[in-house]
Amino acid sequence: MKKLTLPLSDKDIAALKAGDTVAVSGVIYTARDAAHKRICNALESGEKPPIELENAVIYYCGPTPARKGEVIGSCGPTTSARMDDYAPALIAHGAKVMIGKGKRSAAVREAIKKHCGLYLAAIGGAGALMKSYVKKCELVAYGDLGCEAIYKLEVEDMELIVASDCRGNSILR
Amino acid sequence: MRIIDTKTLISPLAAAIEKALTNVENSADSLLRRAAQKETEPAAKWALSKLIENNEVAKSTCSFACQDTGLAVVFAEVGQDLRLEGRLLREAIDEGVKLGYGDARKSVAHPLTRLNTHTNTPAIVHTEIVEGDGLKLTYLAKGAGSENMSKIYMLTPSKGRKGIVDSVVDCVKSAGANPCPPVILGIGIGGTMEKAALLSKKALTRESGKPNDNKDIALLEEEILCAVNALGIGAQGLGGDTTALAAAVEVFPTHIGMLPVAVNVQCHSVRHATVIL
Repeated sequence: MKKLTLPLSDKDIAALKAGDTVAVSGVIYTARDAAHKRICNALESGEKPPIELENAVIYYCGPTPARKGEVIGSCGPTTSARMDDYAPALIAHGAKVMIGKGKRSAAVREAIKKHCGLYLAAIGGAGALMKSYVKKCELVAYGDLGCEAIYKLEVEDMELIVASDCRGNSILR
Repeated sequence: MRIIDTKTLISPLAAAIEKALTNVENSADSLLRRAAQKETEPAAKWALSKLIENNEVAKSTCSFACQDTGLAVVFAEVGQDLRLEGRLLREAIDEGVKLGYGDARKSVAHPLTRLNTHTNTPAIVHTEIVEGDGLKLTYLAKGAGSENMSKIYMLTPSKGRKGIVDSVVDCVKSAGANPCPPVILGIGIGGTMEKAALLSKKALTRESGKPNDNKDIALLEEEILCAVNALGIGAQGLGGDTTALAAAVEVFPTHIGMLPVAVNVQCHSVRHATVIL
């Protein structure tokens, strides 16, 4: 298992190939359906999105609220395909790495290839385990969306697998 | 005649749901363990071991096994000789669901406005009148990832048994890694369109891996499981031997000109509860 510290450089990304298991540490941002819609609306109307997209790592996740004394609730990945209509725009604006579950569209794989991006798969349905990797959680935007808001997470050794690499290879069936 | 005030079901239902959401059903967990032992594809074996670890962490820390605690589906079997008093049965079930979901994620929204109900209700309630004077509630948590991949096929009778198997294979193939494989398949065959869909959901309430009591149907379940696992999608779509852990088939007579087949996909995170009053 390769240990990686975020953010990743193009050199880091180029060294990874589909099927590699990785343990990722650093800052990631949660965003799912509703947050993606708002980010893309902002980009289309020329407004600044609420997070810096340059080199960002986006995690497709809508966590369970934290209980007292906890950093976050259960927080496994959601189906990435639902973000396929939005992802190319985010990638074009600098977002480097996406974390989710399930296959991506040809357009997303193409955008990954073009911009030296990376798609990492988290274990779908392992919400309790994913929670154990999260050391800090902070609401950064769209608080009215509840679990669909954007949260900044600090993760430590989050175990993932490279699903699509920057050369256009994909491991998912 | 036995009389039950519907409010008496609220707290047992809430307690059962709360427990179910942090405890993946034992039989499903056992199937995962067996699959992990047998798995020959290293990436899939890794994923399966992580799923087993997740179930252990969820149980020991009382965490939700999956953040998608789903829509609450409740089958209510009401004895014909039972009289229900108080609030409407559906309202009492919703109250139990709302309490049982406690600090779970709020996952229920209006289909068009997408406004969240903030209570994880209304539950999806299917009521059936049965013999006796009891009340049985069977609950399952149904997440979006797997439910979205479910399908119905209105086959013609000439397609027969092969057509049924092919339909299930088509459904699982097009779902790929999306429904968090390894999956469990609920398959409803016969009736009308909605009857087949309901049977497929009901099939998922069966203990995971338990075959149908009818030998021929049990054979069909094996046939389907074998065909689906030959797809090689594997755990989390990483390839290998275990695309599905089990297939449960329920059948019902249909029209001479029809062969409906509904496939309801369930993820590996099987969360069930039963309350009997």
